[in-house]
Amino acid sequence: MPTSPPVLDPEQLEAFGRELDEIRARVVADLGERDTDYINNVIRAQRGLEVLGRGLLFLGFLPPAWIGGTAALSLSKILDNMEIGHNVMHGQYDWTADPRLDGKTFEWDTACPADQWRHSHNYMHHTHTNIVGKDRDIGYGILRMSEDQPWRPYYLGNPLYAALLATFFQYGVAMHDLEAEQIAAGEEGLDDEKREKLQAVWHKVRGQTLKDYVLFPLLSGPSFPFVLAGNATANLTRNLWAFTIIFCGHFPEGTHEFREQETEEETRGQWYYRQMLGSANLTGGRLFHILAGNLSFQIEHHLFPDLPAHRYGEIAEDVREIRERYGLPYNTGPLHRQFASVVRKIVKLALPPLPGLRVCEPGVGDQTAEASPQQPSAADTRSRKAAATRTSPSKPAAPRTSSRKPAAPKRRARKPAAPKRRARKPAGVA
Amino acid sequence: MHDLRSTDRPAPGRRGLGRRLLHSSLLEALTYPHGVDRYVELVRPLLLTRDVRAEVTAVRLQTPKSVTLTLRPNENWRGFRAGQFVGVSVEIDGVRLTRPYSPASAEQAREGTFELTVSTHPQGRVSRYLRDHGRAGKIVGLTQAQGEFVLPDPRPERLLLISGGSGITPVMAMLRTLCEEGFEGEIGFLNYARSPLAALYEVELRTLADRHAGLKVARGFTRSDTPPISGRFRREHLPAVISDHADAGTFVCGPPALIDSVRTVWAADGLPEPAVEMFTAPALAFDTDVAEGVVRFARSGREAANSGLPLLEQAEDAGLRPEHGCRMGICNTCSCRKTAGTVRNVISGALSTAEEEQIRVCVSVPVGDVVLDL
Repeated sequence: MPTSPPVLDPEQLEAFGRELDEIRARVVADLGERDTDYINNVIRAQRGLEVLGRGLLFLGFLPPAWIGGTAALSLSKILDNMEIGHNVMHGQYDWTADPRLDGKTFEWDTACPADQWRHSHNYMHHTHTNIVGKDRDIGYGILRMSEDQPWRPYYLGNPLYAALLATFFQYGVAMHDLEAEQIAAGEEGLDDEKREKLQAVWHKVRGQTLKDYVLFPLLSGPSFPFVLAGNATANLTRNLWAFTIIFCGHFPEGTHEFREQETEEETRGQWYYRQMLGSANLTGGRLFHILAGNLSFQIEHHLFPDLPAHRYGEIAEDVREIRERYGLPYNTGPLHRQFASVVRKIVKLALPPLPGLRVCEPGVGDQTAEASPQQPSAADTRSRKAAATRTSPSKPAAPRTSSRKPAAPKRRARKPAAPKRRARKPAGVA
Repeated sequence: MHDLRSTDRPAPGRRGLGRRLLHSSLLEALTYPHGVDRYVELVRPLLLTRDVRAEVTAVRLQTPKSVTLTLRPNENWRGFRAGQFVGVSVEIDGVRLTRPYSPASAEQAREGTFELTVSTHPQGRVSRYLRDHGRAGKIVGLTQAQGEFVLPDPRPERLLLISGGSGITPVMAMLRTLCEEGFEGEIGFLNYARSPLAALYEVELRTLADRHAGLKVARGFTRSDTPPISGRFRREHLPAVISDHADAGTFVCGPPALIDSVRTVWAADGLPEPAVEMFTAPALAFDTDVAEGVVRFARSGREAANSGLPLLEQAEDAGLRPEHGCRMGICNTCSCRKTAGTVRNVISGALSTAEEEQIRVCVSVPVGDVVLDL
């Protein structure tokens, strides 16, 4: 993995963006029956597995039926959340005009209300990917996943919090848009909007709980405990799997973080650049990619979040070819290696920065790159990219507290979007 | 503009045990959040609790450029009034397309079916698809019937039904309905077709005219001079079907030219406007270099001249606050239903003319008139 990706000048960035736009245009022109057949088959498989799983669990007192039923239901929930829910809600199938595949109204089999996901994920995470202080997927407001998050003794529990988040991931995701940690920290109050969101979360959690932990167990009569345990296990399996895949998307070693200053006035080419450097892929077979919701092609997904995800594998070669020509890194590896790298980061960031290395001091990027082989490139990119953008090189050295704190409240984060449009047009129209 | 995705529940009443079970809140809770239909449709595509769908039960070809389908809708269908239209959805190349067609059968449905006659056009993807792929057993999506082009209650003593081309279908439904209910007044049925080969319902119209003393049928062929009437609509054609058009309840359906000429005659005679229904193809002429046309925000009832900016900004300029996120075509938060008009995607440059589609308003500029569900 190259530790310092080349800085592209504005012309290169524009050409880079144009080449990626062309890939996108090619796929869009080719969308058709193959894509609807694919997603309909996945939906059919998911519904079939769900009915099979719930059916088998009625005989849950027989161990093979319990195991088979739980496995089928786990797979059903994984497909529902990853390849169907996540992708449909990105609007990947809006072009079909099929109301059942409408990204705006689709609802999924998990605790998080789809509307809140559409905001916290589609907008907040995908627009502000890997911008520390703006992308709340960096640590979910619970974990320390970046050296730019100042260390506090609280973070000694980083591995424990990560394990808890993985176990109860669907509830973590459900609370994500509420920004509950800011309410808890007294930074934000529980205003009407939050109250409404909380109500929606409660409504969704109630429906999910009623189905999985009350109605199906009750209907099964004597199999009550087996169905209850099977459903809980299926939810847990889905939680662990989703956590693993999602955390491998942006946190393995070599993914880059960005700062607000350097992403202001970002052009489309720069946006692509950030998406490519901020994401990491997973290698695996076809079934693995389907179960990962094709988020194993996280880079392609972040470049083209609204293209049907089963196409990512087909365009991955073209994306790699482009990044090779521009000398940009393409972070990919098998699940075990990428996840081990994530775990190392979670553990490492639980500890305070070692004195003398000054790893979390902003503005001393080059020293950091030398001193910390675990995080060699993030700080480096930062300083180099800062020079490449219109931001003056001295700006990133601004004290952390003043640069990051004001960015946290979501309301304010929306506003900087407005001036961006004009800056982006030349690249976009071309 | 009508919502062609209407999914109202059917009127309660005639439901069997099976359907009552399907509609039960228990089953709804067990299938949360997807709902019962999303499971049932995979096994029985017609046995749904909400969506209206129909099975094609018969196909007949009356003319070289049309197809006549008999449809049996599922239990969610609430019937139609003669003259109304229904949205028919089919999937072509993975995209669901919906087009309005008027049932041509009598309101008094036989065995729960109704009939559609679809005229094919060279550019009409749905009409050509229905002709090429419409087979018994095929399932199509339906909306509930819509439209105000219907027979008044009570019926007038005298009725004049004028139609051109495929515009015959709603007035055919009216004629059949009147004949079924034993209407004893006078009916004039004046229809224009290009040629005898393109004339729809030829045999049936003659049979009905023989059977009903009050009914007079006349056909004009716009591309041949066959008596008793020749060429396009003229006032002189009226006596062939009606004794006095002045006090007849008049219904006109067809291309804009026909409707215009009827209106002109009626206006010249100082008569009130006849009821009309226009079947038009969407106009495809536009100029992408200049911003023209009007943007209408249907839900809020606002309207503004097209400024050439992305629709999200135009909506904001009009004082609306549509939901949005990235403002760069990424997050899909601003996705909104366009019900009419053409838009250009500022990123891809692609023009989109489809009626009833989701667009991202932050990266879509209108090309001419556009109607948004905002």
